[in-house]
Amino acid sequence: MSTSLQFDQIRLPPECESLRRDVRAFLAEEIANGTFDPHRPGHGDSHDRAFSKRIGARGWIGMTWPKKYGGHERSFLERYVVTEEFRVANAPVRLHFVADRQSGPILLKYAPEHIKVDILPRICRGELCFVIGMSEPGSGSDLFAAKAKATKVDKGWRINGSKIWTSNAHVADYMLGLFRTSPATKDNRRHGLTQFLVDMKTPGITVNPIYQMTGQHDFNEVVFDDAFVPDDHVMGEVDSAWKQATSELAYERSGPERFLETFYVMLELIRALGPEPDIHSAEGLGRLVAQLHALRRMSVSVAGMLQAGKEPMVEGAIVKDLGTIWEQKLPQRARELTAFLAPEIGNRATLEEQLVFATTVAPKLTIQGGTTEIMRGIIARGLGLR
Amino acid sequence: MAASQTAGREPPKVAIVGESDHIVAETAARILAEFADPQTINRAKDGAWRGPLWRAVSDAGLPLAWVPEQLGGSGASLADGFAVLGAAGRFAVAMPLAETLLAGWLLARAGLASPNGAMTVAPARPFNRITLGNDGTLSGRALGVPFASDATHIAVIAEDATDAAVVLVAAKDCGIDKGHTPAGDASNVVVFDRVKPLRHARAPAGLDGAALMLMGSVIRSVQTAGALEAILSLSVAYANERIAFERPIGKFQAVQQNLARLAGEVAAALAVSGSAADALAQESAFDDAVFLEATSAKIRCAEAATEGAGIAHQVFGAIGFTDEHVLHRFTLRLLAWRDDFGNESYWAAELGRRVARQGADEFWPLVASR
Repeated sequence: MSTSLQFDQIRLPPECESLRRDVRAFLAEEIANGTFDPHRPGHGDSHDRAFSKRIGARGWIGMTWPKKYGGHERSFLERYVVTEEFRVANAPVRLHFVADRQSGPILLKYAPEHIKVDILPRICRGELCFVIGMSEPGSGSDLFAAKAKATKVDKGWRINGSKIWTSNAHVADYMLGLFRTSPATKDNRRHGLTQFLVDMKTPGITVNPIYQMTGQHDFNEVVFDDAFVPDDHVMGEVDSAWKQATSELAYERSGPERFLETFYVMLELIRALGPEPDIHSAEGLGRLVAQLHALRRMSVSVAGMLQAGKEPMVEGAIVKDLGTIWEQKLPQRARELTAFLAPEIGNRATLEEQLVFATTVAPKLTIQGGTTEIMRGIIARGLGLR
Repeated sequence: MAASQTAGREPPKVAIVGESDHIVAETAARILAEFADPQTINRAKDGAWRGPLWRAVSDAGLPLAWVPEQLGGSGASLADGFAVLGAAGRFAVAMPLAETLLAGWLLARAGLASPNGAMTVAPARPFNRITLGNDGTLSGRALGVPFASDATHIAVIAEDATDAAVVLVAAKDCGIDKGHTPAGDASNVVVFDRVKPLRHARAPAGLDGAALMLMGSVIRSVQTAGALEAILSLSVAYANERIAFERPIGKFQAVQQNLARLAGEVAAALAVSGSAADALAQESAFDDAVFLEATSAKIRCAEAATEGAGIAHQVFGAIGFTDEHVLHRFTLRLLAWRDDFGNESYWAAELGRRVARQGADEFWPLVASR
């Protein structure tokens, strides 16, 4: 425990620059072909199987994983570049993103060899959608209060209960979920949960849609009614899932997606202000640019430190805390800075459409992937206050 | 995760710069711990600490770290100098160490030797102009020149009929008022009324008033990050010690939330100032990417100073508002440094204008250029 925070000066190595050019060229071509419209968030699907397969074919899924599992053994900084370019273009990567960021690394660490050989190459080809089964109707941030149960039976486990807010479950192939295999103990309330790999086609699983306030459908409720999961689908140690949440969480928290989900607002704001903004707008824009630059420097630094084998847990939580709060305020700042513009500015319709969407998206940013309150708890613990 | 997935393969190439700078930084930290302990200085009722501290840093070659040996300095790297400034921030050093470093850098860039003793630079605020006349003398007025009344010499960027010149003058030849910052450090209006230069040279290409302001901004950002680190450490220690309602106040979630926010501001300041210092140390020109780095550092660090100083005072309550407590040595300097070399509003407008002029299509390539 220490109050000393560290951000190594990480510069993206040269191989990242040629990769970035390749990704930009690929995205430009996809946009030209009408795969997606970078200026119209909320239109079209956020998951596109054919698009994910084309990304996989370029070698941009499972980039850091071993070649024998279909990976490409590239650095986390190269993956960083790909992630940020896709995010900035507002490309529909939902189908493979969770598998690439979180699920694959968990399988790499805990799955038996025959499952790795079977599943990981398919993730890398962009064929598989993974979802995270943590939240339940009675437990969200407090994930160790999960109740959905896995009961030992011959050759496997029977799962009963439900998971909720499960993004993309209606299109998912697999879930990595936490299920209760034993009661919590007196001295360890985190004891008793086990991580399972669940094939979503298993009989006994029902997916019920939940529509969000944006009008979109990502959320679902997933109900388990005696769904059977074989023994070899247990990921890691039974009852000890709490030991397994380690440094991959820092990737999840500190990535560029934590402040670039509604980046289109920045671009449309710059277009709206034009080449010669008044001093009020120029100052406001400059602050947003400086804040964004600072966030990106922090995020790149955390990626580089993770690549170097360090464990910047507190720094990663800080990136998520600051990044999501910054992004949540972005549509409001854009409103303020465009308040005095002439009615006939050229991109007004696009800007307004984007602001409507970004405004409805904003509340979730500080909730998904660990709430602000949870992040600050982690930071406080890191500072030695807990 | 990184280690397990890359085991048995070539270690990936990650460019970590700045890790060789420990010796100079450690020397600085050792001297500052001995001669610039904030608690001791805060208790001292006179300025007797100044002489020994200045002698110690001078003997170690720190004030002229950025001056090559042949021009009278110790010829350290930019990265080394920035490491010294980070340490100076952590001790809230209240003497013209940063200013002398900057003045020496300015003179050296123009090939001019540095004198011994404390220096500062002018102008130190935007919109201040100092001109080098046909008769070879300096005229003009510079506001908020840090430590001018404590300095022996002032290094000036002046405009002449066609170009920029770097000029060294004696402080005693200038009109200097008695201004000071909220922290009590000298910050003076300096009037140049046909002041005769001691030395002068044409400024090299790319070195102008704006470049000096940007370099000064990064220096203040690095000091700010250091002082923020110090107040985080003080605040956490206090929150763990101070008992209220029968437990340490650090056990209350409201206090933890505040300290987590403070840590966030410290983190942002460290990352953005470190990145800007590294950018300046690597690049020779003030191009668009360096401009983004330097202005962002000043803007974001000034914002962090505002937020961070406020939170630290909230944690300390009444005791932190007393003269005898050391907190104000950090917080008042953090607040004062915001105004030197262009405040956050000034640079935000400049940065915003530049981004707007280049247009939306150039924006992401600029942000992602490093």
